[in-house]
Amino acid sequence: MNGKILEAVNISKHFHDPVDIQVLKDINFSVQRGEFVSVIGKSGCGKSTLLYILSTMDTDYTGDLLIDGSSMRNKKEAELARARNEKIGFVFQFHYLLNEFSVLRNVMLPGLKLATYPEKEVEQRAYEKLKILGIESEALKKPNQLSGGQKQRVAIARALINDPLIIMGDEPTGNLDKKNSEVVFNIFQELSQTYNQALLIVTHDNEFAARTNRIIEMEDGKIIRM
Amino acid sequence: MKFKLLVSVSRSLLLARWKQTLVAAIGVTFSITMFIALLSFMSGLNEMLDNLIINRTPHIRLYNEIQPSKHQPVNASAEYRHHHNFISSVKPKNGRLEIYNSGPIMKALKKDARVLGIAPKITAQVFYNVGAIDITGVINGIDVEAENSLFSFHDYVTSGNYIDLKNIPNSIVLGKGAAEKMMAGIGDVIQVTTSKGERMQLKVVGYFQSGLQDIDKVQSYASINTTQKLLGESNNYITDVQVKLKNIMQAPQLAKEYRQLFEVEAIDIQTANSQFETGSSVRSIISYAVGITLLVVAGFGIYNILNMMIYEKMDTIAILKATGFSGKDVNRIFISIALTIGIFGGLLGLLFGFSLSFLIDHIPFNTAALPTIKTFPINYNPRFYIIGAVFSIVTTYFAGYFPSRKASKIDPVIIIRGK
Repeated sequence: MNGKILEAVNISKHFHDPVDIQVLKDINFSVQRGEFVSVIGKSGCGKSTLLYILSTMDTDYTGDLLIDGSSMRNKKEAELARARNEKIGFVFQFHYLLNEFSVLRNVMLPGLKLATYPEKEVEQRAYEKLKILGIESEALKKPNQLSGGQKQRVAIARALINDPLIIMGDEPTGNLDKKNSEVVFNIFQELSQTYNQALLIVTHDNEFAARTNRIIEMEDGKIIRM
Repeated sequence: MKFKLLVSVSRSLLLARWKQTLVAAIGVTFSITMFIALLSFMSGLNEMLDNLIINRTPHIRLYNEIQPSKHQPVNASAEYRHHHNFISSVKPKNGRLEIYNSGPIMKALKKDARVLGIAPKITAQVFYNVGAIDITGVINGIDVEAENSLFSFHDYVTSGNYIDLKNIPNSIVLGKGAAEKMMAGIGDVIQVTTSKGERMQLKVVGYFQSGLQDIDKVQSYASINTTQKLLGESNNYITDVQVKLKNIMQAPQLAKEYRQLFEVEAIDIQTANSQFETGSSVRSIISYAVGITLLVVAGFGIYNILNMMIYEKMDTIAILKATGFSGKDVNRIFISIALTIGIFGGLLGLLFGFSLSFLIDHIPFNTAALPTIKTFPINYNPRFYIIGAVFSIVTTYFAGYFPSRKASKIDPVIIIRGK
């Protein structure tokens, strides 16, 4: 089951405005299937920037990014969108659920977009994911009726809907209290151990990072420990 | 599947801001309503005014004009052929006003497949004798039935029965204005004098009102036989042949053809009444301009509302993109929002436009000048509805196009990191 699912090759990035600053310098690393990796570092060290490059949303960089063995350079916007949809699940600091839709529908959206399965089946799968996260009873509520911890769990369920190769998180516990952070961490750990799900989580929380399989520490746009 | 998903997303976005959506849709509805009502009313009016002339004007009129001969003997002379010949003060010789060979001409016209019908006519200059005073007038001798079927004569006979003109010998339908001057009631007998001095007594069987007062003061109608008798002419004396065609657009070309074929003067309706066409087209241009302006304004409304929606829904757009919706999908979502507003607003507009036209159509409108009009005229031309529908969709599409493009270009990283 092992193999590189994500590989960064000499990734560098410059910000040009207002002055030219190199925020990432020759980043090289890879993530294996089933690995639970955390990225830590001080504010401004470029860890979020790196995450957005790895997630294909930011395309302004040099070097190469391989997801599942295929290069993401020189791909069109629609192809990148497709790759995100299929292979990457996201959890952000803020939950970013759409209040116009029910919880269930929020989880279903990326699945409907991918359209591998018919709508009924996507719904079934969405229920399963919610059950894994223990919030299937909230499925028909609107996101704004849920607590912060519950919302973040819904966001994780949404990230899981297309069985992605990797789940990326940008400070997924940043907005949560101790108790809810713990819940979210346990979920991640369970996903990693039980479902062999690869995770790449950017975090400030050293305690959180310490419990993951592998820590990548960054400073001034460089990886100093991995 | 994919389409359905995009539609469901746009529907949710629409419903989330349903009040704004409603305002935008009302804008479209209002403008389409006004567009339809305005154009229907305007073109109804145009049609009415045109009909005032066109329904009663033959498409081609054949007549004989007394004019000086175009060929003077000096031109035929071999000796002066290559000279410039100046002949001043050429006068027409005493000719007849009637159409020569009117019988065969009418027979030939009736056989022509392009001709809807013909109505012979005699124009006679007369004086109406009122006591010691003579009022100048014109009596039109008509074939009552042909005149009625081709030019809806009975519409303009406001009192009395038009068919009496045929059935009662020596009868006359007086112009309303002329009748008022003479104080002649129906059943009265009036006396007319022809230009040659012959007198005749005629029984008034009705009043004629065209809507053009100058005409009503002068013109009267009698049957062809009565007029021929009045003029002391034989029963094949005809001064005009009025031709109504199946296709009015052929008139100028056919007039030319008849002129050569029958060796008479022929004038087509387009040449005789060119000013009416100009007036109608200017009026329609103005109404189209106003209608389209309304729609464009509604389009700006939609543009604003979509722009606001995009600012409000930045997060939504960002997350849609982060989870795998491409810029194209986002673009389609917003375009479909705009089109939904356009289609629903437009459909309602068409409906309200029809209702408003229907309402105007039932407002009483009585004027002495227009005896046949009882309510405001409305033209229910489906073309206006088609233009309205197409235009509402096109404007909303363009109103949605720029905001959608903007939405599709939103960079999710900026939004998501900005929090």
